[in-house]
Order: sequence, then C-alpha cells, then structure tokens
Amino acid sequence: MNLAAESTKALWYLTRGSGIVSLLLLTVSTVLGITTALRWASRRWPRFIVEGLHKNVALLSIVFLAVHIVTAVADGYVTIRWVDAVVPFAGQYRPFWLGLGALAFDLFLAVAITSLIRVRLGYRTWRAVHWLAYACWPIAVVHGLGTGSDAGQGWMQLIDLVAVAAVAAAVFARFVVSTTTDRANTLVGSHS
Amino acid sequence: MSHRVRVDPIACDGRGVCAELLPERISLDDWGYPIVDDSPVDDRLLPHAKRAVEQCPVIALRLERIRFRGDGDHRAAAAGDRQAAP
Amino acid sequence: MVAVPALVDLDVESPTLPRLLAGLTDNLAEHRRQYPAPPLSARPRGDITTAVERSGLRGRGGAGFPTSRKLQAVAERAKGKPVVVVNGSEGEPASSKDAVLLTKHPHLVLDGALLAAAAVGARDVVVAIDCNATRALRSVSVAIAERTRTEPSSRIVRVAAIPHRFVAGEETALVNWLNGGEAKPTLTPPRPFEAGVDGRPTLVDNVETLAHLAQIVRWGPEWFREQGTDAEPGTMLVTITGAVEQVGVHEVPIGARLSTVIRNAGGSLSRARAVLVGGYFGAWLSTDQARRTRLCDEDLRPFGAGVGCGVIVVLPKDACGLKETARILGWYANESAGQCGSCVHGLAAIAGGAADLFHGDDAVDRLIRWAGQVEGRGACQLPNGAARLLRSGLVVFADEIERHRSGQSCTELDA
Repeated sequence: MNLAAESTKALWYLTRGSGIVSLLLLTVSTVLGITTALRWASRRWPRFIVEGLHKNVALLSIVFLAVHIVTAVADGYVTIRWVDAVVPFAGQYRPFWLGLGALAFDLFLAVAITSLIRVRLGYRTWRAVHWLAYACWPIAVVHGLGTGSDAGQGWMQLIDLVAVAAVAAAVFARFVVSTTTDRANTLVGSHS
Repeated sequence: MSHRVRVDPIACDGRGVCAELLPERISLDDWGYPIVDDSPVDDRLLPHAKRAVEQCPVIALRLERIRFRGDGDHRAAAAGDRQAAP
Repeated sequence: MVAVPALVDLDVESPTLPRLLAGLTDNLAEHRRQYPAPPLSARPRGDITTAVERSGLRGRGGAGFPTSRKLQAVAERAKGKPVVVVNGSEGEPASSKDAVLLTKHPHLVLDGALLAAAAVGARDVVVAIDCNATRALRSVSVAIAERTRTEPSSRIVRVAAIPHRFVAGEETALVNWLNGGEAKPTLTPPRPFEAGVDGRPTLVDNVETLAHLAQIVRWGPEWFREQGTDAEPGTMLVTITGAVEQVGVHEVPIGARLSTVIRNAGGSLSRARAVLVGGYFGAWLSTDQARRTRLCDEDLRPFGAGVGCGVIVVLPKDACGLKETARILGWYANESAGQCGSCVHGLAAIAGGAADLFHGDDAVDRLIRWAGQVEGRGACQLPNGAARLLRSGLVVFADEIERHRSGQSCTELDA
C-alpha cells in the first residue's frame, strides 16, 4: 500500500470533516449571537449561558478551522500554501472558492480577536467589527459549496439547508420582528 | 485593594447578564435594568465581578478601583450646575 | 478696618432692593452710567474669585452650588484655554427670570460673563439660549453687537440657540450640544470644568448667577451679604404664577417668608390649596408648611424641597392637586432624553400611575416603589426631580387621594 497516498487521503478526509464541523459550530454560534440581541431568555437558559455558549462555540469552531487549514496546506495532493489561508484569491488551486475560505477566515479572526480584547477596545469599535460576522458566515457557506468535495452529496446539502434556515430564521426574528425593548423612545415620543 | 462595580446607564441596554453573574451586587428593577450596589467588592467576589464586566453585551458595566477610603463617594458633588436642574 | 477688594466702587450709592431688577436697560451707554466698564484683563483674576467667595454667592440655576468653587475649579485649569458658557436655557416651564434678565438687562449679564471669563482666564464666552426665546436671542445679539462696536475686547462672545427641551440645560447636555452632539446629558466624569466645550475646561453658570457676580464686583461682597441669610446670602429672582395678582418675576431677599413673598405678589395662602416651590423640579408644600417657611434651602430641605430656580406656583383652592401632579409627571415622562432605561420606563410608569391615582385607583404603593427605583439611576437628575415631585404630592394631597378613591371629585368638597 502506498503510505503517501494513504496519508494524503487521511488528510483530505480530515480537511473535509473539520471544515464541516467548523461550519456547523459557526452556524450555532451565529444563531446564538443573534439570539442575545433578541434578549430572549428562559428559566432554563439564563442569558449568561447563551452569551457564554456563543463565545465558546465560536472558539471551538476556530479550533476545527485550524485543523481544517493545517490539513489542507499539509495535504500535498493539491498545492495550497500557508499564505493562501489568509490572502484570498492568490492561490493556484481553485483560487476563487478557496479565496472565499481565506476571506471568511480573515473575517473570523478579526471578529474573534476584537472580541477577546473588547473591554479594552471599547463598545463602539468592537461592535463595528463584530458586524463582519454577518459577512463571515455566508462566505464560509459559499466556500463550502464551491470547494467542498461533499457539496454535491445529499446529506451535505441537507446540513447546508438546515444551517441556512436556522440563520435565516434568527435574522428574521432579529431584524424584521422589532424587539419590544428596542428604544422606548417611541414609547415616550422623545423629540430630537 | 478593593473595587466597586458601576454601570453606565446610557450604554446599558437592560440585557440582564450582569444580574445573573453578580447577584450579590446587582439586581434588576421592574423594567429589567440593573440596580447596582456600589459597596466594595472583595477578593472573593472580584473574579465574578470581572466576569460580569467582560460578559456585558454592551460593555456598560465597569470595575473601578477604590484608591483610598471614601474614593468615589462624592461623585455627585463635583462642580455641577443643575441648570433647569436635571 | 476690613480690607475691601480693589474692585469695589463705593462712590455710587449701591442699590438696596431691587438689585437685579433695578436700572433695567438694554442700552449700553445707559447701562454704563450705573455700571462702569468692569476691570477685565487677559490673565486669570484671583481677586474676582475671592470677592465671589466672600460673597457666598450660590448658583441660581437650581443646584445652588457655590459659585466661587466652580470658578476655582476652572481657573486651576486655565492652561487648558477655558470657555465660559452662560446658561440661559431656562428649561423649567414655569420660570421666566432668565428671559427677563436677558431681555431687559442683557448688559449686566454680559458684564458678569466677562468678569467670570477674566476670573478663570477664558477668552471665549458662549451665551446659550433656548431656540424658542426669540426676544432674548435678539436682545443678547444686539447687546453683543453694541459692545463689539463701542467696547472692543480680546474676548469673543457668541450666542448659541439650543434645542427646546428640559434636559438641554443640564450642563453636560449643553456642552455636548455645543460640541456638535445631541442636547442630551453625557456620562460623567469628566465634568465640564475638567473637559467641556472642545475638550477645554468649561465654566457653566446660570444667567442670574452671572448678573449677581457683576453686582458683587461692582459693590462688593459685604454689600451682597446685606440681604439674604448667612448661609444663603443675597437676593434671588422668583417667578410667581398661579393664584396671585402680579404674575411674573419678582426679586426677593433669600430667606424672606414665603407667605410674605406671595402676599407681595397679590396672593394669599388662605386662598391657596398648596404651593409648588422650585418649579416642576421642586416640591409641593401644604399651606401650613408654606406658612411656616422662609424662602431658603435651610427651611425647605426638611420638606424635601429647595428654592431651586425660584419658581413659586400658588395652586388655587379650587384646583385639583392630583390633576396638577399627574400633569407634571406626564411632562417629566415626555422630557426623558431616552438614554437610560430606568428613566424612560420609570417615568412613563410613574406618569401612568399618577393618572391612575387621579382616576381613583390605588396606585400609591407602586408609585412609591417606582420612585425609589428611578432615583439616582439616570445619567442626569431628571428622574430625581420626578421622584421628589411625586413624593411631595403624595404627602400634600393625601386627603385628595382618599377622596378620589372614594369616588368624590375635588369640586364637590369645596362647596
């Protein structure tokens, strides 16, 4: 048996698997993040739990993302350089679809790093960067659809569908259905 | 040296995370906004206070160091003109 | 022999009463006949501050803060190129004293502002006036133009029209507006004396305070102390409305008996239901309490009130105290800047509760609860005013509350 071929295949499976898990975790984190803005809370799910999960699931997603990137670069079957992980669209292999992945990674890094130092950074700056999360997730999904070897498979399509539906529902609840506590300015008719 | 917790009422959005994480100092009023007890926070409570500050979704909670006895007690009595009195 | 500050001019007879409301003129030349051009110079003047300190002058905007302390706080930071802001916003609806001064005695106010500027080392003065006070705006603008022509100075005086809302007159809101932001209070620290307009140390003083300051420099702190009490010296302008014949602005010595003040304005406590002292931002007094009280913080504090900006409303006997209270609390809810959750929600709840009270509901318990919940938790003092007004109303109109609860109306009982 060809060891090199076996190890490359293993790396390839790892890349695919970790990529899918990372995306799923990112989806969960995104939905949780949107939920905190909704001020939804129940007795079994105190707000700090939702907040904490949002943060920790995102961090876990980054761990799987790291595996995804390392295995993709280490896999010698196609040429992906380290730099292609952060600089989008400059690679040899499927530059556009892979580039989207690099872009999503950049955005994810920006959001994550600013969040780790948010108290020092100040609310306004942190919030401005955090909006990029709304760009990061869909780009990651499209990256998966474009480069993902499993994209055509039924089960993968189902996963994608559920993920998109979850985020769409959360976004709808957040932006279309106005929250009751969204600025009681309207309540007291404050002049400006 | 001890600390005290303070909230920025303008930044605060009534999310309520702080009251969950630091009930010893923070309770919620009838509308979900924090009532902050600004008595000093000791070393035992400090990690919880820090966590509450970190977890506030809008970074409205702050931790202030008490530098000397009575520090911050007379915050309100600075040179203030309450014209039309607010 | 008591040393008199070199500023004081004792050659001309100093006014007894009225002081601020004497020699009213908007003409500079006429004004100068009574008040020669004050001694101004470019460098911070400690002697002006000393004179103000000895006079015991306290702010007339409502807070009653010792003026000399403010001057000192800003003068200490003279290197930061201070700014003087004359607060003519007069957001208290029942008050018109500042409008009267700005319209009828603008040069006295401007003299005071320039003296304050000299005391703290400021070269810029801004006169902030409510955008709806067209006469005051015009009068001050004309006065400034007159001065620029005949008394050129290195100091620049500008007029700023500010939005018509109660909180716009709060000093941080005023500063925020002048800095291009909204006329809404900001979080302190820093307070304006540390960093205000343009980030510079800013002195914010009420129109009337500065008018008194000009007189103190003219005739001396001892003269100023000839009226008023030891703790609260001088005279003050009061705006009296309601069941009085001479509705309007009067000048009284601080510490005058409230009943006398009302009587001199053609009113009577025997024909009153209650008295609102300090305006919307003040508190209700029963006629009994009013009878025993002098117009000074020392006497009013035990009733939870203060002289504030000098508004006195005499509620006629046939008026309904609950209705008035509910109306004022509704006004409070409307005036919230909308920045602090406890204020926005709390004042709305309190207004609703007061209306319920008027309609006979048993709302006292929840109103007391809410008053305790809104106090001190906003970025400014607005909710404190509402809580104070509410509490005094609950005490003074306790029997009215009972009557409304049992279904009687107010007019019935006065038969």
